[in-house]
Amino acid sequence: MAHDTTVQTAGHDEHHHESPVVFGFWVYLMTDCIIFGSLFAVFAVLHNQVNGGPSGRDLFEYSGLAQETALLLISSITYGFGMIAAHKNEVNKVIMWLGVTFLLGLGFVGLELNEFAHMIHEGNGPDRSAFLSSFFTLVSTHGLHVTCGLIWLVTLIVQLMGTTEIPERMMNKLTCLSLFWHFLDIVWICVFTYVYLASMI
Amino acid sequence: MSDLHTSPSGESHGSVSSYIIGFVLAVILTAASFGLVMSHSLSPSGTLTGLAVLAFIQVLVHLHYFLHMGSGSEQRWNNMCFFFTVGFVVILLIGTMFIMNNTALHMMSR
Repeated sequence: MAHDTTVQTAGHDEHHHESPVVFGFWVYLMTDCIIFGSLFAVFAVLHNQVNGGPSGRDLFEYSGLAQETALLLISSITYGFGMIAAHKNEVNKVIMWLGVTFLLGLGFVGLELNEFAHMIHEGNGPDRSAFLSSFFTLVSTHGLHVTCGLIWLVTLIVQLMGTTEIPERMMNKLTCLSLFWHFLDIVWICVFTYVYLASMI
Repeated sequence: MSDLHTSPSGESHGSVSSYIIGFVLAVILTAASFGLVMSHSLSPSGTLTGLAVLAFIQVLVHLHYFLHMGSGSEQRWNNMCFFFTVGFVVILLIGTMFIMNNTALHMMSR
């Protein structure tokens, strides 16, 4: 790692302590964690209340789930590469990696909306049963967060365009979005495990 | 921890290798979860336990390799917040499931 350290020392001079902005954002993520915890609790209580309608086993498919999971997982590592480039002050590389992350996230949201549209079209919308109400609330809250992350990604890409270096303020923004993006991936682990796979056993 | 280099301030961010290690671990754990369910090799309760264990390990992998959580002194407040939240969510989940299950039993709704 010697070569990394030498290149990065220049960037490190700017932040000697963890920014209060990043810590504040971390506290926000923890409150978000409580929202998702509540929604998971609701789903845990209601997942058997199908009201004669379809259960998870009838509705969920492996292929769509695997594709969504793969997209989100790959987008995590591409954002990580973006952060590494940001620490090295390589603005063009950062923009490129953020762009790749955006496309992967867009693919995820597209697949999810497609899945939802398909379910609603078949008459299995959130009004069908308590199980589906809690399913749509939980999964679409996650999807809404990813959509906000996409808007944030575009904003940062636009702000980075035309600049040649990354000031501390921009670094804080990138770090906050990095926490947000990886946090959403952790929530997705719980979603695909407890909502999808656990219903398909 | 040699793959996570730490700046003099104690703030750590990943290197290419640490991200790749985290990614490979995450892919293996995800594939194992899917394989466990698709193969039907264990009993339903065994599969559920296996899934829970795999998900727990994967969350730890993500926290370490992607969110760079560590035990450094700079991260003390982050960690305190985190553990408070985890405790809160665990009480919320277990409490909700216990109370609602108990209510359902007494109301003979299932």
